[in-house]
Amino acid sequence: MATDTTEPGAAGQDRSVSHYLANHLRDYGMVLALIAIMAFFQFTTDGTLLRPVNITNLFLQNSYIIIMALGMLLVIVAGHIDLSVGSVVGFVGALAAVMMVEWGWSIYLAVPACLVVGIAIGAAQGYWIAYWKIPSFIVTLAGMLVFRGASLWLLEGQSVGPFPREFQALSTGFIPDLLPFLKGLFGVERMNGFAIVTGLLIAGLIIWLGLTARARNRAYGMVAEPMAFFVVRNLLVAGAIVFVSYKLATFRGLPNVLITMGILTIIYAFLTESTTLGRRIYALGGNEKAARLSGIRTERLTFLTFVNMGMLAALAGLIFAARLNTATPKAGVSFELDVIAAVFIGGASMSGGVGKIVGAVVGAFIMGVMNNGMSIMGIGIDYQQVIKGLVLLAAVIFDVYNKNKQS
Amino acid sequence: MKPLLEMRSITKTFPGVKALDAVSLTVMEGEIHALVGENGAGKSTLMKVLSGVYPAGSYEGEIHYDGELAEFSGISQSEAVGIIIIHQELALVPLLSIAENLFIGNECAKRGIINWRETFQRTEALLKKVGLSEAPGTLVDRIGVGKQQLVEIAKALSKDVRLLILDEPTSALSEKDSQALLGLLTELKRQGVTSIIISHKLNEVRSIADRVTVIRDGATISTLDARGDEITEDRIIRDMVGRDMAQRFPARDSNPGDVLMEVKNWNVWHPEHTERQVIRNAGLTVRAGEVVGIAGLMGSGRTELAMSIFGRSYGRSISGEVLIDGVAADVSTVDRAIASGLAYVTEDRKTLGLVLDETIQRNITLANLPQVSRYGVISEAEETRVAEGYRKAINIRAPGVFQKVVNLSGGNQQKVVLSKWLFADPKVLILDEPTRGIDVGAKYEIYGIINALVAQGRGVLMISSELPELLGMCDRIYVMNEGALVGELAAAEASQERIMSFIVRS
Repeated sequence: MATDTTEPGAAGQDRSVSHYLANHLRDYGMVLALIAIMAFFQFTTDGTLLRPVNITNLFLQNSYIIIMALGMLLVIVAGHIDLSVGSVVGFVGALAAVMMVEWGWSIYLAVPACLVVGIAIGAAQGYWIAYWKIPSFIVTLAGMLVFRGASLWLLEGQSVGPFPREFQALSTGFIPDLLPFLKGLFGVERMNGFAIVTGLLIAGLIIWLGLTARARNRAYGMVAEPMAFFVVRNLLVAGAIVFVSYKLATFRGLPNVLITMGILTIIYAFLTESTTLGRRIYALGGNEKAARLSGIRTERLTFLTFVNMGMLAALAGLIFAARLNTATPKAGVSFELDVIAAVFIGGASMSGGVGKIVGAVVGAFIMGVMNNGMSIMGIGIDYQQVIKGLVLLAAVIFDVYNKNKQS
Repeated sequence: MKPLLEMRSITKTFPGVKALDAVSLTVMEGEIHALVGENGAGKSTLMKVLSGVYPAGSYEGEIHYDGELAEFSGISQSEAVGIIIIHQELALVPLLSIAENLFIGNECAKRGIINWRETFQRTEALLKKVGLSEAPGTLVDRIGVGKQQLVEIAKALSKDVRLLILDEPTSALSEKDSQALLGLLTELKRQGVTSIIISHKLNEVRSIADRVTVIRDGATISTLDARGDEITEDRIIRDMVGRDMAQRFPARDSNPGDVLMEVKNWNVWHPEHTERQVIRNAGLTVRAGEVVGIAGLMGSGRTELAMSIFGRSYGRSISGEVLIDGVAADVSTVDRAIASGLAYVTEDRKTLGLVLDETIQRNITLANLPQVSRYGVISEAEETRVAEGYRKAINIRAPGVFQKVVNLSGGNQQKVVLSKWLFADPKVLILDEPTRGIDVGAKYEIYGIINALVAQGRGVLMISSELPELLGMCDRIYVMNEGALVGELAAAEASQERIMSFIVRS
């Protein structure tokens, strides 16, 4: 005790750093795992992984998984699960094809209509789960079968396509270079100035937001991240963003889906971290009874998380159909497993109440990079499945181990 | 007659609490021995020591059973020598048959294959013994609580019981079922089974027990013998409650104002057993600046009354009226009840009161998030300011408000729950067992908070199983029994004896 009171310096700081690290091991661990996995594949694929075209592909391939992971995170935080999203992706894609290809609807009519259908599907499932207290596993398992069957029926077992060009742009389009004069400025031929500038701006914004949050935390006596960690983490994130935007700039610029995905991620991160709605979802998942006795309308909240999930699954369905440029009865098969795996790798808890949007996105990227890297390496689909399964298991074991050690 | 069981100066301590302090209990062979005492007096702890739930070595003192020193390290060992406990909450599997339940864990089987013929035959014999005329194949959830109780006793008989312990066996039974059960106990006594019966119903104790031991505050107070002493209810009550009331409650000037909340003709039915009425025609008032108590035994319907008023969180077919400030209030959902000015601090803070994995701050603001947010966006700075304010004001012992509540002690967790409801700014707070499982120091602090609340002109409705607490804190006390408010006492005329006599005589 005597040394503690006379020397609060070095020893105390050491302890707080290790304490902080212990509490946030998961967050750092996940990002480090992503970096390690990327480094591994960068090496084993002889640099193919981080080529501009492949980075662009990574975003195109994983956008729909990430978009659904945003909704799935809310569902899982609320203490539920949604197994139907893969089938909903297939169904909405089929519906879009029927509307646009067979009925000749305009994309401006078909896209909103498909989103409304997604909302309705979410509402239909959420109704039984929230108000009838039927386990979400069962309701959405039924939904999985129903909508898989429904998309087969809609397409009559055939593939329907191709889609109008403007619909394809939803997925495979790129933002044109809005700042073409920059090219001349730097004297580079193939370079999308807008992509570079956007990347730099976002990197700056992240650092600025981090600094303000840090100042605020300090003012209110929150446990602050050690300065060294803060600097390294922000440099890494900002560096990664600038790097990726530079790579994208040298290819075709910013993909449309990246923008959609980025904006949605920011919206949902804000929703979960800073709004009463988000806070109540965490309370609902953490202790439903206590939440209800605190005046939270738990049923309505559960219902809304499924409505939201339905909408995002529909959006993912549209993006996926646009990417393939055709709707097939097999579209979206087992997507739900990738989405759920991404959320759990991202640190969410099966029992609800725990999980972060950023975690789910990083989790989706871990899965995405592994898919992509293993495919480039030419590893067979058999091994790929085994490896992905083991990674999921390892991530969750890591969680449980950590939690046991803490308590 | 020789003693079958002698428990000699049993002392059992839990961290911070001495639950049993040199308790002695002697039970003669072939008698029915009643064990009485208030909630929390130590009866259940004593029985857990006896049955080996708390194994030998975890308590001090000696148990002599059938003339020999007994050191049980688990229930299986005490059951092996014929000591069987039937708990208040029956331990039957509802969707298995009577026969399956009787031999659960003890099946008539060879190499894991059940012999159904033998099972059914033995079941029939046992059911006959306890006077239950049901087919052995009947599912347990198809028969009433009274018959389930008999199944439990049959199960005990199947294990060659010598000492049968029944914890509140008649608390959930109708008058008729109770009589049948007591008759069966007398019959078993004739066949040589010794029983210990824990009961609050003193008229039953008086009619059936050969001897009565009264326990209070973890100590044996007296043992009365029906053959020598005269066992009267007054005598038992006096022994049960007679303790001095030193300065355990902070002083408060009481000057109640206008009626803040009035409940009229409140009726509630059980959510599953829809034919069972849980609350009967309850009516009560709470004035501004007043602490009103509700006394009653566990299971008397106090929590059900409170939760049904608070947003219909319990029960169905609820009827009645709640007036706040003289105007009919909408309390049909929890958020409306909160908006009407009510708050309910639950008796079970871990499962109903707190989100354990969240921080102190997030728990405190949970019931009133709009207060710290604009357009649905939470201001974390404002939230922290609020939470820090409560942490300092009511002395929540934690390094900061970003501590998870799961790591706090019971007293500090309770303070977090209280903060949550203070922040919701209610007119009337319903406190359900506000000091359960809390050490003495924290109790005193919580009493202080309650006094401060009523000094601000709020009303407090306090449910407590600890009569001294009610007497020390309340301006008025309602007595509840079997779903009805059976008495009302002003502080000046209230005493533990009067409250207990309302309960045991209603």
